[in-house]
Amino acid sequence: MAVTEYVVRTKDVVKEFKMGQETMRALNGISVDIIRGEYISIMGPSGSGKSTLFNAIGGLDKPDSGSVFINDVDMAQLDANELAFLRCHTIGYIFQTFNLITVMTALENVRLPTIFAGKGTEEGTERAIELLNLVGLGHRLHHKPSELSGGQQQRVACARALANNPSIILADEPTGNLDSKTGAEIIDLLRRLNKEQGVTIISATHDYKMLDVSDRIIWIRDGKVDKIENRSDISIHVGGMDGH
Amino acid sequence: MPGENNSSQQTALEAGINRIHLPFSTVVQITMNSLKIRFWRSMVTASGIFLGIAFLSYVSTNLLTSEGQGIEERARLVWLVVMSLLVSTVGIVNSMLMSVTERFREIGTMKCLGAPDDFVVKLFFVEAVFTGAVSSVGGWVVGYLGSVIAKSFSIGLIHSFQAVGAVRTLELAVGCIVIGVFVTLIATIAPARSAAAMPAAAALRTEV
Repeated sequence: MAVTEYVVRTKDVVKEFKMGQETMRALNGISVDIIRGEYISIMGPSGSGKSTLFNAIGGLDKPDSGSVFINDVDMAQLDANELAFLRCHTIGYIFQTFNLITVMTALENVRLPTIFAGKGTEEGTERAIELLNLVGLGHRLHHKPSELSGGQQQRVACARALANNPSIILADEPTGNLDSKTGAEIIDLLRRLNKEQGVTIISATHDYKMLDVSDRIIWIRDGKVDKIENRSDISIHVGGMDGH
Repeated sequence: MPGENNSSQQTALEAGINRIHLPFSTVVQITMNSLKIRFWRSMVTASGIFLGIAFLSYVSTNLLTSEGQGIEERARLVWLVVMSLLVSTVGIVNSMLMSVTERFREIGTMKCLGAPDDFVVKLFFVEAVFTGAVSSVGGWVVGYLGSVIAKSFSIGLIHSFQAVGAVRTLELAVGCIVIGVFVTLIATIAPARSAAAMPAAAALRTEV
């Protein structure tokens, strides 16, 4: 029996921020279901709540109400150590600002999550070299982030996100700090990882190049789901336009 | 079945949590590496502790060798020791607070990569004990020698060492090192713990 496997489900997620006297509702009841192996783009103008949703899905911030399920586990039920375990094994993060540890080499950065997973140095090093080769940085193993270009740093971050074979990669504006050519390379890389490794990719973005590779696009506006589009629908739509 | 999936996930989580016991040698290795790479930054932090303890050690040694002087002079020296204790505490707290807060983002990143909260605290614990101990020992030696040598101009070097005495030299050393390490530890662990307990997103947002 083919059952659709949801890797992420959110139900009525609400998150508020206090700004002086006023309370701002960054997320106003978001419910989305994401299927294993999908490539999802979360689109929306800045301030729409994209990053807040990203943080809620990634367990980086607790929603004020509603629930987030990762592989059917309710994140609200997890204590700090269980959350750390989940972040270590199930989710890989990629950030707009790369967030590599500046004092560590590319190799050490990629190996770090394997240390948190309790793997030995040798096993971790092997895995890190394998991943850096996969992202095309096999010749830059011992370079510090400051010695790498933005695109190279983001590729190190992609390799690091994959270190413990996560089922989900969360990318918050991964191309936001890159020029469009380098950005396109990162998008290609993410798509390849999605196809070859079967990892689910959820990416907050306002880069329209992302739309081309996404299976589904979730549009967020004012903390709510505006619409969810399938890639195929957009193709038909574009095709229709071409016909006229 | 969704139910089965759920329970197997939960047990996997529980089994995993028992497995994550990062060896202490890993913590020491990462800390030493980080101190070495940030060498100059570490030196600036350490010099805050070093100067505070050197001052404390200097005026305490002066007090110990002040026998035979008037009650007023001794009262002034006690007052100086109390002041130097305050100054060194503030100096150490200031250096360590800065050195931890400028690394909040790093703490947030480590948490995203799956570092347990107590692991992050352990990193800073080892760093504080090491930095505190090394710079306190240095501060004590310099302060003590400074005072003894200053005194030697009036009574000669041998008499000057004798004026402090072996037992009180040892007491002074232990006192300076204990105070240095203790204050460094408190000033490091307090902000590191609160950073580790923050939601990762909040730690990542921190700008210094």
